[in-house]
Amino acid sequence: MTLLEVRGLGKHFSGLHAVDDVDLDVAAGRITAIIGPNGAGKSTLFNLLAGFYRPTSGSVRFKDRDITGMSPHRTVAHGIARTFQTTNLFEDATVLDNVLSGRIVRSHSTVFDAVLRTPRHRKEERHNLDKAMAALEFTGIAEYRDEIASSVPQEVQKRVSIALALATEPELLLLDEPAAGLTEEETVGFAQLIRNIVADGVTVGLVEHRMSMVMSLADHILVLDHGKEIASGTPETVRTDPQVIEAYLGADHQDQEGAG
Amino acid sequence: MTLFIQQLFDGLALGGVYCLAAIGLTLIFGVLRIPNLAHGTLYMLGAYVTYFFLVTVGVPYVAAIGLAAVVLAVIGVLLERIVFHPLRNAPHTHHMIAAVGAMFFFQAVAQAIWGADFRRMESPISGSVTILGAQISWQRIVIVVTAVIVLGLLTWFIKRSIHGQTIEAIEQDRTGSSLVGISPSRVSMLTFGLAAALATVAAGLVAPINLLAPTMGDALSLKVFAIIILGGLGSLPGAIVGGFTLALAEVMTSTYVSAAAGEGIAFVVIVLVLAIRPTGLFARAVQR
Amino acid sequence: MTTTTFSPQRLGTLLVALALLLAPLTLGGEEYVLRVLTVGATYAIAVYGMNLILGLTGQLSLAHGGFFGIGVYIVGLLTTDYDWAFWPSFLVAVLVTGLGGFVAGIVALRTREEYFAIFTMAMGFIIFLVISRWESVTHAHSGVSGVKFPEGFGLFDFSEPVVMYYLVLLFLLGAGYVTHAVRRSGIGRTLVAIRTSEDLARSIGVNVGLNKQLAFAASTTFAGVAGGLFAAVQGFVGPSAASLDLTFEMLMFILVGGLGTVLGPVVGTFLVLFLFEFFQDFEAYRFLVLGPIIVVLVIFAPRGIVGYLNAFVGKLRSRAAGAGNGSGGPPEHRSSDTATDVKETL
Repeated sequence: MTLLEVRGLGKHFSGLHAVDDVDLDVAAGRITAIIGPNGAGKSTLFNLLAGFYRPTSGSVRFKDRDITGMSPHRTVAHGIARTFQTTNLFEDATVLDNVLSGRIVRSHSTVFDAVLRTPRHRKEERHNLDKAMAALEFTGIAEYRDEIASSVPQEVQKRVSIALALATEPELLLLDEPAAGLTEEETVGFAQLIRNIVADGVTVGLVEHRMSMVMSLADHILVLDHGKEIASGTPETVRTDPQVIEAYLGADHQDQEGAG
Repeated sequence: MTLFIQQLFDGLALGGVYCLAAIGLTLIFGVLRIPNLAHGTLYMLGAYVTYFFLVTVGVPYVAAIGLAAVVLAVIGVLLERIVFHPLRNAPHTHHMIAAVGAMFFFQAVAQAIWGADFRRMESPISGSVTILGAQISWQRIVIVVTAVIVLGLLTWFIKRSIHGQTIEAIEQDRTGSSLVGISPSRVSMLTFGLAAALATVAAGLVAPINLLAPTMGDALSLKVFAIIILGGLGSLPGAIVGGFTLALAEVMTSTYVSAAAGEGIAFVVIVLVLAIRPTGLFARAVQR
Repeated sequence: MTTTTFSPQRLGTLLVALALLLAPLTLGGEEYVLRVLTVGATYAIAVYGMNLILGLTGQLSLAHGGFFGIGVYIVGLLTTDYDWAFWPSFLVAVLVTGLGGFVAGIVALRTREEYFAIFTMAMGFIIFLVISRWESVTHAHSGVSGVKFPEGFGLFDFSEPVVMYYLVLLFLLGAGYVTHAVRRSGIGRTLVAIRTSEDLARSIGVNVGLNKQLAFAASTTFAGVAGGLFAAVQGFVGPSAASLDLTFEMLMFILVGGLGTVLGPVVGTFLVLFLFEFFQDFEAYRFLVLGPIIVVLVIFAPRGIVGYLNAFVGKLRSRAAGAGNGSGGPPEHRSSDTATDVKETL
């Protein structure tokens, strides 16, 4: 089943075609990776999917509903969550409070409920705490719950941002370079976490530089260059595609493979 | 028609004053991204220090303005060092709150030294000239001419001199310019010094027409904000166009509508412009 | 989270509440001090409003004094020139400031950061200009005198200063409680998320625009409540009750007390007002000292008194928790071992 259907999507910034006529089908329950050289338009594509940018052409359908140009707070409500390339957290708040913030979009009690402490409000707060703790445990960082987000190690911060995204109960999780800046060993851990997320029923979209990680994880790969699709398919077909090899400048590609 | 010509010249003179004051504010915003709420009090202090040199010390008018500009430039640099530099990485609300503190302090200083009463400053430039039937005082002509000269020098300074170019470079790209070895810290001080000196020239020029009071900077502070929002925060040409536009609008409104409307038009401008374009007219794309 | 444990914050709240409740008893017949306290309490209510928009949501609204002034003048004018009773006038004041804030928020909150501050500053100044110049309605600088006391319906006599004090105190406690309830709920997290990073807030599904607007409307409502009570407490009001200086003073109150905290507004307001009284002989020169104090506070102690006390308590607690091997949290969330399991398998 296709969860997300992208047709002819384009974004122009004053003459520059950051994303140009991209088609993409994200299958439910799978990992779809988007790769390409720097500046290929991968992050821009994510921003378009999550509603941060308004596309200049094309359409995005999610669960058979048109979400083209929908603002982020609504796409999150519909079930698309994302993380950022540079780890983005509420730095002064505790890890738990960070993840609890992810529950805002699933909360329905109003300020009057909060002031009057209605049963609905208390029940919801309890439920939110449970969900946040579940996300912390799922990502393996429950022990850091009371630490200030900016004070925990880099790897934990990255897990917090994933827990925060998971706390919004997404059906599609867009991860923008989740392994950037991590050691080889930590990357293996992240790959396992991503597998666990998919096993838990969440579809994953992935932008990643590390070829080894992409090749081992992805079910489907879309290769972008200068905003345009140059190849798509299974890791095997993409790996052997001459255009892809050329875009990655051959030797460079070999190196990255070797490192993995 | 005579009334109109009269008001036109009044508006131009006022516009010159507004430009000089607004340019400093817009430079500070462009370089440091600080909306300096204390700018009006620098202008007020500038007027009093000019008064001090002219009346108390007894130096000639032009020298009094020059000396006051130097004094205020020092105060501006100190303000940057003591108040804004420590806050360079703080949230923007902190800058504004600190500026409010500085503003209160400067007002209290002026009041402690010169008292709360209005003071009058006589200008050596007296008399007037009749143009197309309208009486135009020489003081106003001097204001317009000085403003044009200062603006010309400033443009030359920013385009030609190393210091000026660094200001422009930092306005355009803060991180980039620190990479190529321009010290943002030095430029911040320079900008504040320059801004305070320009505000002083404006105040020294207009003081003989208006009265001096410790609160004289309050309304001006808000008006220069209206100007730089109209012209685009951080834009020099914008400040010049905005300054003359607002001054003419103000003079014409108070003549043909009412004094209160003239006083309020600056704020209506702010509200309207921001309601339509939340980042100001002519705002450049700012990288966030 | 458990109700029985000793909490310094709880103790602090209790102490402040007790001090405010008992103040009139200890003062004996000190009418002047009681009056200062009552006026201070009305300011503190407005400062709680500022806390919502600045402290929690991170938006510097400089129209706050203006909205306070609207509250003051609605009650002031309706109870005198139009001979309304206090309570209906008060209700109108609250509704107008609340709705006014909501409508103004539609436009104001399209702007961001510095632009919002400048926009609200202009708005505040326009309100002040209208109040100080529209002579036929507001009497401009002659002000409004003879504002009615609230009607006590035979139960209370609000012309009695002590009774009026307790009425204002009731509203103040309400403002403090609302802040507390908001802060510990998802609403508070929403606002703090916006304060910390609008982009991140958006990415986790927060409707940033709407929430800012509601916070702004709530803050202006608080200002309206405070203004309405202020008019009745003072009896005579002038345009200075809507001035930008008032906004700046409130800014100082909250900064001293602690932005975003529950006790900050009340602690800051009373402390600074006490200082004002102390420097009263110097009148306008008080800012020779207070101006630098604002600057020093914002540079070296931006969290305010209560903010630092909270941080201090938090540090003590985490140290205690560390010593007690993580006994700080509720056990139900510690019981699961899956966390460590997952961690080890990764």
